[in-house]
Amino acid sequence: MSVEAMYQEIILDHYKAKHHAGLRDPYEAEVTHVNPSCGDEIMLRVHLDGDTVADVSYDAVGCSISQASTSVMSDLVIGKTVDEGMALAASFSEMMHSRGEIEPDEDVLEDAVAFVGVAKFPARVKCALLGWSAWKDAVAHALAAKES
Amino acid sequence: MPDRSPFWLADAVRPDFPILARRVGEWPLTYLDSGNTSQKPRQVVDAIAAQYLEHNANVARAMHLLGAEATEAFEGGRAKVASFIGGRPEEIVFTKNASEALNLAAHALGQHLKLGPADEVVTTVMEHHSNIVPWQLLCERTGATLRWFDVTESGRLDLAQAHADGLLNERTKIVTAAWVSNVLGTVNPVIELAARAHAVGAVFVLDASQGVPQLPTAVRDLGADLVAFTGHKMVGPTGIGVLWGRYDLLEKLPPFLGGGEMIEIVEMERSTFAPPPARFEAGTPPIAQAVGLGAAADYLSALGMDNVAAHERAITAYALERLNAIDGLRILGPNEIADRGGAIAFTLATPDGAEVHPHDLMQFLDSRGVAVRGGHHCARPLHKRFGVQSSTRASFYLYTTPDEIDRLADSLIYTRDFFTRGAA
Repeated sequence: MSVEAMYQEIILDHYKAKHHAGLRDPYEAEVTHVNPSCGDEIMLRVHLDGDTVADVSYDAVGCSISQASTSVMSDLVIGKTVDEGMALAASFSEMMHSRGEIEPDEDVLEDAVAFVGVAKFPARVKCALLGWSAWKDAVAHALAAKES
Repeated sequence: MPDRSPFWLADAVRPDFPILARRVGEWPLTYLDSGNTSQKPRQVVDAIAAQYLEHNANVARAMHLLGAEATEAFEGGRAKVASFIGGRPEEIVFTKNASEALNLAAHALGQHLKLGPADEVVTTVMEHHSNIVPWQLLCERTGATLRWFDVTESGRLDLAQAHADGLLNERTKIVTAAWVSNVLGTVNPVIELAARAHAVGAVFVLDASQGVPQLPTAVRDLGADLVAFTGHKMVGPTGIGVLWGRYDLLEKLPPFLGGGEMIEIVEMERSTFAPPPARFEAGTPPIAQAVGLGAAADYLSALGMDNVAAHERAITAYALERLNAIDGLRILGPNEIADRGGAIAFTLATPDGAEVHPHDLMQFLDSRGVAVRGGHHCARPLHKRFGVQSSTRASFYLYTTPDEIDRLADSLIYTRDFFTRGAA
């Protein structure tokens, strides 16, 4: 697979105009994740309304893959329940670890299917997962805060 | 003798580096990441193979024939490295890498100088993390204060500001700096820094990881008290680094790691320690690596380090010319060839001003066979200082050709245009 094909139009579109970017109130948890090998950094906030992901906001710097993936992630999980969001995270992670060999379900992953090509470049998989990892971590913190 | 191309050295040495003949798909390999690690000539690999296949035994403690051969080869490597940098064999301490050499320096000096809360350690903002973090840890352990030289916009150490701020003063106990910046390529005024450190009674530690591979080295002329560098950036193997020290200083330093071969007498209550360099080489040392590093020193010496330095200069000058001609490309650090080593870090933007992220850039270059490094190059504080998150770095060595610089430039333009199209 060529590198040009890996950089799908959808990825470049999200990179140029990131959805839900910027840090917003209210939020129950805020986390910072970094990718020390390339220096990508993300600060991400989650606002839960009961079981629903009411908002995801973030301030991030990094490559097109990490930025676009975070943008797509925010589109996917906002408005979903926490369980639905976690299931999406699992599907996305499975696709990213498939080395590009599974056919992703576009009805489930929507724009995120564009990243299947990235799965063929092992060094870039963690770029695509950075925003998702931050989101899962923030949700865990928000749920823990709610319980205590 | 007929006029030679300024790049004759690359043509002469490339047959010694079979890896450089590899292809990446339809493209020839263009290896521009030598500041990260250099490639190894056949002569070095052969020396390592012969050590393992014909002379392998442990050193110093094995009293049989092979033990004697291995010891002779290992100590021979030490002597060659010593001669390569103008030092004495007993001043050469073998470590795992330059990072370990700097950690050794920080631990041993901290203890020797009885560093405490009233003391200051001075580094620079252009250092590799391995010449920042060991000193941070030392300051945390002892309560000493870590301070640093800033850099000017053109990527030189800001000596005037440091002077105005009284950066070096009677509290300064250790001063450390890189000889050549791994990101900016800046060659620092080491002799002057050493003199300034000594003027306030401080010890001067030099990180020569990028200097020794590129520049003729005479440690005594540099003025440093301790000098760290690594084997794998000077056509030698990984797994071996060097700490050179003035013998009268090494003799006073306490051990860093404890273990076999670094002792004189061990009682269960306490031990006494061997003289340098053995005092600092606990356990079985990197034997084949020392042999390989000796072969690397021989290889570079036979070519002549003046020739290596002249090539580095010529190829870097050509690269600066080609890169400066690319719209949207910004070079971090010195933009002229004076006092500059063979690493060029840069950022690249599309006409709308958006940066092409180094990770994306690197991926495109890699797909066209061009190997560079993208990220913060283990120098995050420096990138922060220049207001960028990361950069792309191309670094050159004795085998780098102008054709490779052309392929780099062409690939950069191609990538910039790809991302420009994405913006439209």
